[in-house]
Amino acid sequence: MKVKVLLFANLREQIGTGVELVDLPDSASTVAGLRLHLMKRGGAWQNALADMKVVRVAVNQDMAAAGAPLNHGDEIAFFPPVTGG
Amino acid sequence: MKVSVQQEDFDLGLEVLDIQQDNRIGAVASFVGQVRDVPMTLEHYPGMTENAIKKIVEEARAQWEIMDYTVIHRYGDLQPNDQIVLVAIASSHRGDAFAACQFIMDFLKTQAPFWKKEHHPEGARWVNALESDDQAAERWRKLKPQQRLIKP
Repeated sequence: MKVKVLLFANLREQIGTGVELVDLPDSASTVAGLRLHLMKRGGAWQNALADMKVVRVAVNQDMAAAGAPLNHGDEIAFFPPVTGG
Repeated sequence: MKVSVQQEDFDLGLEVLDIQQDNRIGAVASFVGQVRDVPMTLEHYPGMTENAIKKIVEEARAQWEIMDYTVIHRYGDLQPNDQIVLVAIASSHRGDAFAACQFIMDFLKTQAPFWKKEHHPEGARWVNALESDDQAAERWRKLKPQQRLIKP
């Protein structure tokens, strides 16, 4: 299945892109599965997603936990803890 | 009843005037956050940011009487002293207005997807989230409903 991955702030800068369409095996259809799939690319992806204490995840624009299931067409965003206000 | 995520500046006086028209309103509390010290760039997640703010406002409306409100948060490049955020709450009495205003700011800081990048003379750096901001939001969760009204 295909999902859309968005990256923000320092994660976007580290990885060098803000958006990417990802072909995800059905066996990896959770947030945690997607994260491991992306980390297997190595390099900046592996570094940026290594420490989940400093990474938050949203699925279809709602905050989501590692076990959240993913479906074809979902939008998954990875970003650092927020600092607005 | 307005939530706006925008690049443009805002006028506190006009925004307050806009929400104080109903003659049942007896109190308007407002908070303005502004840039300290160094220029910054504010990034956000278009769509999710607006929805996250609306959810926070709905949580506040479930707890306090809010007769009208305006929440504005800016993004883009901002200079020291520039305004960043406005929360203005109109209610019949000040207790609800003060409490809802503070609640919305506390959760906006920890739930709304914005990220600040500060431009220091020695280089740019992303601002780290503060544990004290998480604690400020968490404090509300620990209060019983009857404790959530700030008494004069």
